Formats: sequence, C-alpha cells, structure tokens
Amino acid sequence: MNTYKITAADNTFTAEVEKRSGQDLNACYQCGNCTAGCPFSFAYDIQVSNIMRLVQIGQRDKVLQCHSIWLCASCQSCTTRCPNNIDVAGVMDHIRHMAREAGLATERKVKVFVDSFLDSVERHGRVYEMGLMVSYMAKTGRVFTDVELAPKVLPKGKLPLKPHSIKGKEQIAAIFKRFREVKSK
Amino acid sequence: MSIRISYYPGCSGKGTSSEYETSTTGVCQALDVDLVEIPDWSCCGSTPAHTVNHVLSSALSARNLTLAEQEGFDTVTTPCPSCLSNLKIAEHKMRKESFREAVNELLDQPYGGGVDTKSVLQVLVENVGLDKVRERVKTPLEGLKVACYYGCIMNRPPEVMDFDDHEHPMAMDNLMEAIGAEVIPFPLKVECCGASFGIPQQNIVTTLSGKLLEVAKGLGVDALVTACPLCQMNLDLRQGQINAAQGTQHSLPIFYFTQLMAKAFDLSDAVQGMKRLIVNPQKALAKIGQADKEIA
Ligand code: SF4
Ligand code: SF4
Repeated sequence: MNTYKITAADNTFTAEVEKRSGQDLNACYQCGNCTAGCPFSFAYDIQVSNIMRLVQIGQRDKVLQCHSIWLCASCQSCTTRCPNNIDVAGVMDHIRHMAREAGLATERKVKVFVDSFLDSVERHGRVYEMGLMVSYMAKTGRVFTDVELAPKVLPKGKLPLKPHSIKGKEQIAAIFKRFREVKSK
Repeated sequence: MSIRISYYPGCSGKGTSSEYETSTTGVCQALDVDLVEIPDWSCCGSTPAHTVNHVLSSALSARNLTLAEQEGFDTVTTPCPSCLSNLKIAEHKMRKESFREAVNELLDQPYGGGVDTKSVLQVLVENVGLDKVRERVKTPLEGLKVACYYGCIMNRPPEVMDFDDHEHPMAMDNLMEAIGAEVIPFPLKVECCGASFGIPQQNIVTTLSGKLLEVAKGLGVDALVTACPLCQMNLDLRQGQINAAQGTQHSLPIFYFTQLMAKAFDLSDAVQGMKRLIVNPQKALAKIGQADKEIA
C-alpha cells in the first residue's frame, strides 16, 4: 500500500472542491469501493479513494499534481458504486479543472489530445478526426503512435481527408470565445 | 405505428463509425422509426469538453437540444453513448437555474430546457419493442454465438441515464436474442475499454480492451456486439495493437448491434457495412450461412 507524506492542511482547497462539485466530501468514510471498481487503478499514481482522503485533509499540491486526475476516463463506476452517493467522477472532473486552471498538467499528452480535440470543434463545429491527429502530432512533436493503423483504416473510407464544417460554425466559435471571456473576468 | 424522433448522429458517425451510422438509419427505417436529423447539429464536446469545464461542455450540447426544440421535438435519439451521456448530463445539470443561466450566457440562442435524450438502443427496445423486431426478421442469426458489451457510460450514472440495469444491462442481449443469435452472458458488460486514451496512452487501451477480448475468447463466442463507436474502435481497429502488446492472437469480429439487426433484416450490404470492419467477420458470418465473398 502507498503511504503519503502529509503537509499542513489547506482547508481552502477542501472547501473549493466541495463548492465546485457540490459534493459533501465529509461523507466519504474511505470504504474503498470507488478504487475497487476503478478500471484505471492499475495506471494511477494515487488511487481514487486516496484522492478523496487527500482532498478531505487539504493536500492541494499532492492532489493537483497527481497523474490520476488526467487518466480518469469518467467511466462513472465510482459515482455509481459509492455507498454515500458521492459523485466521485464529478469530483475528479472538478479537480482536473482546477489543475488546468493552475497551469498544471502532469500528463501533458492527455492535455494536448484534449486541446487538439476542442480546437477541432472550435474550428469546424464538429470533430475532424484526421485533422485532430495531425494537430496532435504537431503539438507533441512525436510521430503518431498509431501510424501502423493507417493502412488498415484508410482503405475503409472512414477517415475523410477534408473537414466537414457546419453552417453554424461561427456559433460554435462564439461559444468558445464567450467561454474564454467569462473565465478571464 | 410509426415513430418520429429527432436524431443526433454524432461526429464519429460521419467518420470512423460510418457502419454504425448506415446500419442505424437502415434498421430504424425498416422498423418505421423516422429519424429526423437535427439541422446543422454540432459536436457535443464529448469527454474532452467536460474534462475542461462543465459550462462549456453543456453549452456545446445545449445548442443541439435547442435546435431539436425549435423543430418541435421533446426527445432526441443518438446511437453514440458518449453523445448520449453529454446531452443527458447537460439537460440534467441545466435543471438548476444558475447553471442554466451560465450556459445560456455562452449561447446565441438560449436553451429553454426539457428536451430528453435516449439512445437508439433504448428507442428500439422500449418504443419499437422486441415483438416488432422479431416480426421483421428475415434471416434469423441461428448458430451465431455472441456476447454483448455495453461499455461504461450507457447506463451510468443511473439517476441520469435512467435506462436498463446499470450493473447488468440486458437491452442488447434481448435484442440479439430476438433476431435469433445465441447470447452468452458477458461478465464485463459495463467495464471500460480504455476510452479515448488510445492516442495519448495506448497501453491503457491495450490492457483494458485486451482483458475484454480475453474474457470473450474464454466464453467461446464468435463475436462481440457493441453499441459504442469508441469501444468498437478500441476492440476492432486496435485489436492488432492489443495482440502485439499482450502477446495474444485474437481475431474476434466486433459488430455494432445494428449491423447484426441489418443482417437479420436482409438489408443491403451498404447498410450493413460489414466491409468497413477491420477484423474480418467472414468466419462468424459463415456460421449463419452468410459468409460474404466480397469481405474476404
Ligand atoms: S470515473 Fe475515473 S476515477 Fe471513477 S472509476 Fe472511472 S476512471 Fe476511476
Ligand atoms: S466509494 Fe465513496 S465512501 Fe467509499 S471511498 Fe470512494 S468516495 Fe469514499
């Protein structure tokens, strides 16, 4: 079992997670159900039930800098199985938002993938899968780990080489623009 | 009686899951379900949007719900569980007034609320019904042994998704039985396939999807049946990567449930889209005397 060195409690962190997520984190009694069902536990550096505990005791840095929050797939297993009805997946989502806002991203490739995806939506109104992959490669500077898939998928005619933009794409761009304005207020 | 319902295809339907899209629309037409595509629909933001911000994510979904509402619909249907989850969660969260106001601030046209979303699977099982499906079958899939894989978010969280059993869903199992297939209970029905980590963290997908294939193999099924474009892509397109990473030799066809329905209804090859699958389904289809030489 992992042990963690605890630093002085930052109660504002606990309060902020509770406020954003609307969840009562005191209700967590550390049964471990969420971790038991988490399909990503094998890849996590801190297990989800441990994250819940670390939030309770105000361990801001440890939580915002963990890798797990970037690897969580929002599969909702934890939320569904928590005996105290805590929306654990929602809490993970909110912690990830906070890490992002603090400029932290311990899993940079995951962040770049998310950003490339949303760029594509902002630009075309829909996801353009081919463009998404090219942009991801450009930003990570790594040759796409999936190049070997190209000969399998291209002949199936499933990846259009040109983006399909919608008529109302300005409306989508405006959603992103207003979002950034509200955030920077 | 025909059903008329607003339709949200989702981005992957126009790309990597085009066989899901053609078979979905084909099967619905065959069952008198009139899918009215939302005019100029846009991306729901999928998982990436809600991992960045919930207001942004809900705004991307709400634009589509508003368009459906303007066409006079109170229900939208979509084949994709990820879109389903986003559209439903947006509607759910927007019942809270302060949240709805924050979302509407981002939109050209505000969303009034009250548009429900259902999966195509739910519409077929609940609105059309298994009896009607049974009646429409021309070639029962006798001899084909399948397991049904629902993925993680089709039924979760149950308060929001409000359909079927969240630990042991049966909708697809029942549908596959109705078209004559032999259905073997799949213990990993609602486990995760690794979702969209195929690109940034491939080992997650090869591990999780590898487990699904391994268990399916142990059950001796001819194929897995899915309802999710991302699950299907991880299991089908990435099956080679899984084999390489896990040292396995799986060659298990991964069908969309609508493809098998289209097969049982004798719909055209273009509707079934079998040729667009990566793992060759020839051997599985041979079990029902339907091996298609063209696929080889
Ligand atoms: S939602 Fe995230 S933390 Fe919860 S079980 Fe799924 S992957 Fe684990
Ligand atoms: S399942 Fe709920 S109560 Fe149990 S450890 Fe996880 S969050 Fe805490």
